[in-house]
Amino acid sequence: MHSELENPIKTNVQFLSVDEAIKQIPMSATMLVGGFGATGVPEYLLQGVIDRTQLQDLTIISNNITKETNLNVLFQQDRIKKAIGSYFTTNKEVVQAYREGRIEIELLPQGTFSEAIRLGGSGVPAFYTPTAAGTELAIGKETRTFKGREYVLEQTLFADVALIKAYKADKAGNLIYRKSARNFNPIMAMAADLTIVEVGEIVEIGELDPESIVTPFAFVDIVVKREEL
Amino acid sequence: MEKSMKEYIAWRCAQELTSGIVNLGIGIPTLVADYLPQGLVTLHSENGILGVGPDPSPDQIDPDLVNAGKAPVTVLPHVSYFDSSISFGMMRGGHIDTTVIGALQVSEQGDISSWAIPGKDVLGVGGAMDLVVGAKRVIAAMTHLNQKGEPKILRECTFPLTAKKRVDTIITEYAVFKFRDQQLWLVEMSDEITMDQLKKITPAYYEIASDFKTFNRKELINQR
Repeated sequence: MHSELENPIKTNVQFLSVDEAIKQIPMSATMLVGGFGATGVPEYLLQGVIDRTQLQDLTIISNNITKETNLNVLFQQDRIKKAIGSYFTTNKEVVQAYREGRIEIELLPQGTFSEAIRLGGSGVPAFYTPTAAGTELAIGKETRTFKGREYVLEQTLFADVALIKAYKADKAGNLIYRKSARNFNPIMAMAADLTIVEVGEIVEIGELDPESIVTPFAFVDIVVKREEL
Repeated sequence: MEKSMKEYIAWRCAQELTSGIVNLGIGIPTLVADYLPQGLVTLHSENGILGVGPDPSPDQIDPDLVNAGKAPVTVLPHVSYFDSSISFGMMRGGHIDTTVIGALQVSEQGDISSWAIPGKDVLGVGGAMDLVVGAKRVIAAMTHLNQKGEPKILRECTFPLTAKKRVDTIITEYAVFKFRDQQLWLVEMSDEITMDQLKKITPAYYEIASDFKTFNRKELINQR
């Protein structure tokens, strides 16, 4: 049983419209964007960024820039200066833009990428990983041997803004996700000064099973309910 | 390459997989799922699924449920979902029993190249490095020669490496090699070629294992 409360619960998480939310994104921001392929991408928030902001020179931290997504629209509008992720090969336009010097790309193995985000959001500046040791992706990076095995020192990632997608939020700002749409979203929520979440549904406090909450509201700044695009 | 050869490679890989948690890479490894013992092997997908099921029927497709190749999947009753850092922790931390991965080249040291070709822009690595570094067992599933007819099992890899000294087993349409005591051993060879012919298309140094045998691919395919 919960104890009786004198006041209704209120957290500092704001519940805003997409317009109000995206206004808070600074110019030339470094921005984490959730999703793997086209799954779990915050399409509604990105649509807002495309339609209703002048944001450009963005540095995007996202596993891919997938063709069917609004992230690709943002790229096609030349508003992305640099992309950090693990797999851009399937988007031929991105490959072409890279060759022509229109976009910078920083490539990380996907496990290094995800851990760099998780630890960035956890207050750790760098970490050693066995992944990429002895390969091209470790060139220029410090290495160190522990117990006879070589590890690469990788810096963690932290951004101005995270745009993520969750399934449901409660009115405190706690989040749950749906199936493999979870992917990078919970760790990205941790790793930004301003975390904006789009959800399909906002429920009353107490309706989400506390044992099932994946992202506690401490990592969330703004929740936006998705309306029909 | 004829379809039955790829199917044979996939089937032969599946013979190595009798239990545990398995991650299948893109390409030929994807076909391995068709031949796995149902219920005994659990499939992991690096985008955060443990317990991947068969392909969905059209009415089962869910945009929130895709595999690492971004293709729609179903799930089994013991499924769990988790974020990407947990998923890669599972891989890098040695909690995946076997990965079957495609390869461009494998060296006699067990080095593997699977993600980049020299002279081409390197814009995608995905999860291959973490998988190969972390899985307890790495099976390279590949055609014996590349599309230009050049050997892929070499003394040294000439393409950018995915990882060093991580491959345990190589399975091609012509042969099965295993690394034992840091040395490459030939354990199976197709009866359609001779030892000399195999040597010509396999520059890596290898010995013939005491349990060596030949196989007839067509017979094996028909038997299954």
